Amino acid sequence: MSTFDTFRSAFGALRSHRLRSALTMLGILIGIAAVILTVGLGQGAQAQVQSEISKLGSNLLVVTPGSTTSSTGIRGGRGTSSTLTNGDAAALATASVAPDIRAVAATSTSMQSVTAGTTNWTTTVVGTTPSWAQVRARDLSAGRFVTQDDVNQARPVAVLGSETVTELFNGRSPVGQSVSINGSSFTVVGVLQAIGSTSTTANEDDQVIVPQTTFATRVAANSTRAAVSTIYIEATSQATLTAAYQEAKALLLTRHGVTSTTADFTLSSQQSLLQTATATDRTLTILLGGVAGISLLVGALGIANMMLVSVAERVREIGLRKALGATPAAVRQQFLVEASSLGVSGGVLGLLLAGAGAAVLPHFLAQPVRISPAAAAAAVGVSLLIGVVAGVYPAGRAARLAPIDALRND
Amino acid sequence: MTGPVLSLRDVRKTYVMGDLSVDALAGVSMDVHEGEYVAVMGPSGSGKSTLMHILGCLDVPTSGTYELAGTDVSRMTETELAEIRNRRIGFVFQGFNLLPSLNAWRNVELPLLYAGVPRDERRQRAARALDRVGLADRLDHRPGELSGGQQQRVAVARALVTDPSLILADEPTGNLDSRSTADVLGLFEELSGAGRTIMLITHEEDVAAAAQRTVRIRDGLVDQAGGAA
Repeated sequence: MSTFDTFRSAFGALRSHRLRSALTMLGILIGIAAVILTVGLGQGAQAQVQSEISKLGSNLLVVTPGSTTSSTGIRGGRGTSSTLTNGDAAALATASVAPDIRAVAATSTSMQSVTAGTTNWTTTVVGTTPSWAQVRARDLSAGRFVTQDDVNQARPVAVLGSETVTELFNGRSPVGQSVSINGSSFTVVGVLQAIGSTSTTANEDDQVIVPQTTFATRVAANSTRAAVSTIYIEATSQATLTAAYQEAKALLLTRHGVTSTTADFTLSSQQSLLQTATATDRTLTILLGGVAGISLLVGALGIANMMLVSVAERVREIGLRKALGATPAAVRQQFLVEASSLGVSGGVLGLLLAGAGAAVLPHFLAQPVRISPAAAAAAVGVSLLIGVVAGVYPAGRAARLAPIDALRND
Repeated sequence: MTGPVLSLRDVRKTYVMGDLSVDALAGVSMDVHEGEYVAVMGPSGSGKSTLMHILGCLDVPTSGTYELAGTDVSRMTETELAEIRNRRIGFVFQGFNLLPSLNAWRNVELPLLYAGVPRDERRQRAARALDRVGLADRLDHRPGELSGGQQQRVAVARALVTDPSLILADEPTGNLDSRSTADVLGLFEELSGAGRTIMLITHEEDVAAAAQRTVRIRDGLVDQAGGAA
């Protein structure tokens, strides 16, 4: 029996039980769609986090105060104590000590109420140095950034994030205007170009940048908030990131007089930030994917069940086909093709449903769904495999039926 | 002069059920020559059905030999038997055994499908076989749209389509009224007249009377008194 005839015969048999075939297929369809969508959601979330973190800058290392993990494995409060100083930042920026570090920016932050005229907006005020713009890979859409001169003179100048501008100036150009922070008047000298709001990190488009020295004297005067909260380090290249990491770590350990186990700071790379941020997403994806996988398994049992019923119902037909010359192999093949056709068509329809879901879901979830061609191909492959595996036992039973038992005239 | 189409030598079939063993066939020997039209008769429990299964290569004997068209088929595997059934034997059953979802010519082409005959040739040969049984105008009718007699004619066409050595009919008129019975028996007679070898298994005397000779089976043996010629 030719392959074409086997398929024609199998489709004929499936067509003659339309409803049953459709319901069985639905089981696989739902399972495949669920698996593809959950994996797609997980991958979409990961891609989103990845792009958020890459927005922080390139070849970036981040130093925060406080230790991460004690020897007992208990995570310490990162950023709870202020142990970093501007001296640390200056030392890290010294080329002779750390040749693989290109630029360093120490930041101090404080939540402050910022006023422009009668408009009032609470946002993050960041005190830092001119290198911040380079390290964080930020451009200006208007005006200029904080200069070294501003820092030296402790000038009351501010650079605003694009959303902050929208909130405070309602579309008017803010450059040259003045804003009031903590009772002091600041002149707006520049506006940061928007990079898009982020969900996993602080809103990078809503902040006010002021010179470090001005921050210490006017914004957070006489308070511990003047301490450095984060030091951003840019390595000279992707290749030297590890070397820069080692240099920064050794330098800070020496300066603070501590060892790795008693470190009072945390040094993380973009990679490790990424890993932390995606770890939960991945766990969730695996969990949901597992649940979806179970529904796929149930779908497979549905195929096996239907094929068994089909064999029991068609004992006479099988007997007749055997009497007319169908070999056991031909009978087995026919039932396997029926089962795998159910699996594959369920898989392909499930893929289409998942595709539709991927197009519609982001509108409701504010969450991208990414379906890779590899995942799509794997889904169809898996559904074929499911059909074949689910069909093996019923097909074997059909192949073993003795024609005389099948043909009894009663 | 060629040998017999079909030759049984001391064929036994023993069924073992627990401690009990029953000889359904207790040593049957017979020859059927090409072009013969033979009726096999016997009451129920005589071993008639078992004989039919062995003749049809649906089952193998416990001992003895069965040669069909010069080939010993008594020790063949299931796959080999399937091929012999496909090429050498045309079956006609009591219950017609047509597939209800397929039209007449699709039913008739089934044996050719398993023989691997290409589609165009299948259709041609199926049409020719249906023409042969007088159903040339019913090619696309499904079994449900045909009368009992017509359905059995389709089944006969299916038995003819592979040009087999033997047509084996098992109670072919059991489900038919007297008019259709006469119709089908007339068809067998016609086929016999054209040189076909036919074995017809029945329990009805008047059906057996249509054959050239009658073999009677009783208690698993050929009943000599019944007049095996």
